[in-house]
Amino acid sequence: MIRTQGEIARGQAAEEPVIRLMNVWKEFGDNEVFRDLTLEFRRAATTVVLGPSGVGKSVMLKLILGLLKPDRGRIYIDGTDTTDLSERDLAPIRMRFGMVFQGAALFDFLPVRENVAFALREHKRLGEDEVERIVREKLALVDLAGTEDLWPEELSGGMKKRVGLARALAMDPEVILYDEPTTGLDPVTADTINEMILKCQRELKTTSIVVTHDMASAYKVGDRLVMLHEGRIIADGTPDQMRANGDARVQRFVRGDASLSGGRGNE
Amino acid sequence: MPIGRTIANVGRYVADQVEGLGRFGVFAGQMFRWLVTDATRWRLLRPQLYQVGVRSLPVVVITGAFVGMVLAAQSYKQFEAIGRASWVGAVINVSVVKELGPVLAGVMLAGMVGGALAAELGTMKVTEQVDALRALGADPIKHLVVPRFLATFLMIPFLTVYCDFVGILGGYLVAWSYGVDTHEYWMHSADVIENFDIFSGVLKSTFFGAAIALVSCYKGFQSRQGAYGVGMAALEAFVSSFVAILVLDFFIVLLLNGVYDLVWGRVGVFL
Repeated sequence: MIRTQGEIARGQAAEEPVIRLMNVWKEFGDNEVFRDLTLEFRRAATTVVLGPSGVGKSVMLKLILGLLKPDRGRIYIDGTDTTDLSERDLAPIRMRFGMVFQGAALFDFLPVRENVAFALREHKRLGEDEVERIVREKLALVDLAGTEDLWPEELSGGMKKRVGLARALAMDPEVILYDEPTTGLDPVTADTINEMILKCQRELKTTSIVVTHDMASAYKVGDRLVMLHEGRIIADGTPDQMRANGDARVQRFVRGDASLSGGRGNE
Repeated sequence: MPIGRTIANVGRYVADQVEGLGRFGVFAGQMFRWLVTDATRWRLLRPQLYQVGVRSLPVVVITGAFVGMVLAAQSYKQFEAIGRASWVGAVINVSVVKELGPVLAGVMLAGMVGGALAAELGTMKVTEQVDALRALGADPIKHLVVPRFLATFLMIPFLTVYCDFVGILGGYLVAWSYGVDTHEYWMHSADVIENFDIFSGVLKSTFFGAAIALVSCYKGFQSRQGAYGVGMAALEAFVSSFVAILVLDFFIVLLLNGVYDLVWGRVGVFL
């Protein structure tokens, strides 16, 4: 089949990773988090980054958004080097992202409506009716219609995460970053969040990066699973490939079995 | 090598202090840039005005009233001993209007508002709300610091006037209870207090307000993780604001004395 120039260009754009971390090093004091980390995230896929607590999963999301700067290495968003951009230059790039924080990070000085509307009011000149319509639409998407007037302290943990997701979706982002979306939730609520992630993926066709140590969540939402260990990637593949991975460190983590040997390979 | 280690520690301490000062300078510069280029929105400023102005008023009023009363109780005996009891009002009112009103309003604000600002912003930092603002393409200094700075800067002159008023009233009530003649009390007060005294007290309170807001917001943003980190940020905010008020007070007094001498031609104490 002969493809037109436009189709070829679109195909190349689709194949080009939306985010690329190149030879990234990051340390906090004596704690070396990343050592020469190189990782790419493909468009319109859900990539789950796994690893034990403290391995730097959340740090990776903050590096992508420019909330933290790498000590060495480069970060590219759609081929543009964003590593050294100022806060002002990063603002338009960040508007293409939505981030769901581990503790939801809802602004506790604003009610739910204003939390969800925050970026709309900050970046778009919309009428009050239009803002209200978008807020209702996004809250309905996360099954929280009618909660507009509640305050963050009136919400349960699961509701907070869903409002955080609605806030992240308000600007119709191309990429959604989820930081431990199911941590601290009961299994049923955690599964509700997983369903939300899948629903957003299905309906909005976004690129999603989920960092978690919840394997049930990872298997359910992930197209691709990446495992970090001591600042490096030790496994990268589909959920089935991860299950079948022979590295004892991977098996120890995915099976949640501390009695397994933590060394490399099948030893 | 204990001497070498000591020199290294001193050097590290000095370097840390200089670095901290530089960070504070950058922080203050960013705050003033946002203040000039993008004034805060009413919906962000209004709750801060309420928090700083209305919520602080009772404490400031109580403090002012008791300071006026204590001054009267302490001074009355001295003035009575030299047969000048009716002059007690002049001393009380000059002290309150020029120094105690603005300084005590500032100190109370440093304790109430400064500590609360640092704790609030520190908590927002450790709960990632500050990162969430940045992730949404918003500037935390513009959204969190500018409204708090403006509210403190705008409200402290009013609080100072309230503090002055109740201080004067409290002093008068105590003097009156000692039998001081009301007419002479106010006449001597009016003879001594000039408009410039009232103006200078209110003017310097705006500097105290600016210092409290800047220092406290900065300490909040520098807060370390956990309850201890936030608690320390609140404590450091109060102590630093308190010291800043006293240091600023001294230099503003020198400056205002100079201005007074320049305009009215009277030689000041320090210049």
